[in-house]
Amino acid sequence: MSHRNDRALTVGSLSRVEGEGAMHVRVVDGQVSDVRLQIYEPPRFFEGFLRGRGYTEPPDITARICGICPVAYQMSACLAIEDACGVRVDEPIADLRRLLYCGEWISSHTLHIYLLHAPDFLGYPSVVELARDHRAVVERGLAIKKVGNAILEAVGGRAIHPVNVRVGGFYRAPGRAEIVALAAPLREALAAAVATVHWVAGFSFPDFEHDHELLALVEPGRYAVLDGGVRTDRGLVFPVRAFEEHIHEEQVPHSTALQARLAGHRRYLTGPLARYALSRAWLLPEARDVADAVGLEPVCRNPFRSIVVRAVELVQAIAEAIRLVDAYRPFAPAAVPVPARPGVGYGATEAPRGTLFHRYEIDESGRVVGARIVPPTAQNQAVIEDDLRHFVQARLDLDDHRLTHECEQAIRNYDPCISCATHFLDLTVERS
Amino acid sequence: MSTVRVIGVGNPYRRDDGAGPAVIAGLRHRCPSTVELAECDGEPTRLLDLWSGADLAVVVDAVRSGASPGTIHRRSLSHPSLGQAGGATSHAVDLGDAVALAAALDRLPARMLLYLVEAGDTSTGVGLTPAVDAAVAELIEEIAEEITWLATRR
Repeated sequence: MSHRNDRALTVGSLSRVEGEGAMHVRVVDGQVSDVRLQIYEPPRFFEGFLRGRGYTEPPDITARICGICPVAYQMSACLAIEDACGVRVDEPIADLRRLLYCGEWISSHTLHIYLLHAPDFLGYPSVVELARDHRAVVERGLAIKKVGNAILEAVGGRAIHPVNVRVGGFYRAPGRAEIVALAAPLREALAAAVATVHWVAGFSFPDFEHDHELLALVEPGRYAVLDGGVRTDRGLVFPVRAFEEHIHEEQVPHSTALQARLAGHRRYLTGPLARYALSRAWLLPEARDVADAVGLEPVCRNPFRSIVVRAVELVQAIAEAIRLVDAYRPFAPAAVPVPARPGVGYGATEAPRGTLFHRYEIDESGRVVGARIVPPTAQNQAVIEDDLRHFVQARLDLDDHRLTHECEQAIRNYDPCISCATHFLDLTVERS
Repeated sequence: MSTVRVIGVGNPYRRDDGAGPAVIAGLRHRCPSTVELAECDGEPTRLLDLWSGADLAVVVDAVRSGASPGTIHRRSLSHPSLGQAGGATSHAVDLGDAVALAAALDRLPARMLLYLVEAGDTSTGVGLTPAVDAAVAELIEEIAEEITWLATRR
């Protein structure tokens, strides 16, 4: 009951997150003594079985880590391998990659906003009940998501685990007509996305703020997705090549995902809140205007409001996709040659949930001899635990059922992809 | 002409979770060209897009309900236990969600048949366990026969 001093909350199998995990909170003498986000799926084997594979294989292999953000894996892998081989792709290839990535942002952000997160704010157990009462709203979400999938299919060859991506570019540059066909649906989606921002900005948000260091790629001139250096809001700046010097992963006993920290054991946050704080200046006018219209502050420190930031990024991705589609001209060859050369390469891109780092070491024969993947959820795990510690402490008067529900909502703020980080989140709150 | 779609749900990189896609692979050269075959990761909106508008959708997925591995559960759309099938990964739960969401939005196919294969091993890696492999072979025959009959019946 709510007024016990010692209690435990457990969520066995967290719902509406990507992957399998559990959360356990222990309260002793009225103080939160332990919060553990448990991730028990072991994806780290990917780094092991990449060893010995050909240097052109990681984009296809690592794409399988996640069904929601395969493009992020493909792109970070391509950039890292091209870096190792000393190749930079031409602008038309980079632009087509960016269009493909916009498709993934549109699809992933819409899924999270409409199907996973919005029901929390509106008091529905899931999107199914939301759809019964607000059918038009859910239809709007599905229509936006479909445009994202259409981009993935047109550029990537199919919506899940695209097959058109290769080291150096693409197997085939889509014909002009295939890309132009996306223009009209994208324009409709833009209006729907702007309406989405207004919709989610009107939700009620718990009064909660955190003060985590925010980390994202920053590319002066545009909202960083596929390029740029790493920055934090506290002045740390380093190139992607130096990520291993600054980002240290540690094993924690309760999780199969490593937890990442900045040197000095500093927790940090990656994802929409961080990107928006560091790159707001580079939002396209459509996105900036709607952020202003709903009064979104330049740095948002309430993780529950991440749904608003995610909606602004949805507008950004659609607005950018429109520009890329309008400017698209088919090009040949569809890829630049990337001859193998021994060395180490680094790549980082902004996956929908945050910065995704890859490193590959390639030998003389073009074999991968070392691989390292640092996914966003592994980086955010410590932040999620810290948020829960403070969030629960301030809400111990709630009964276990209510508190558990609010904890799950707090976890969904981060759109955690546990399949990436190492599937099901189980939540336990223990008041001993 | 009626639209028939067969949808294999699952992840071939999680061993027995790949039962759905394995059935699709087996049906490639076994059924009339008018039958549409698709693989899906189980994400509900993709499932909605795949089956909405179809006269018949056949969905094959892996589940863990406690039965012995390789057991085939056959369900029609209206079967009450649909949403309670235990998931091999998170997506069997999603399949129930997808059906409920589709029902709320009037986006169910006219008719749906579900074949759920009891998974044994869903650890990381490729290849089916022998019991599930045998169930997949049985389902390929059964579904091929069923949809060929439907497609030629007019």
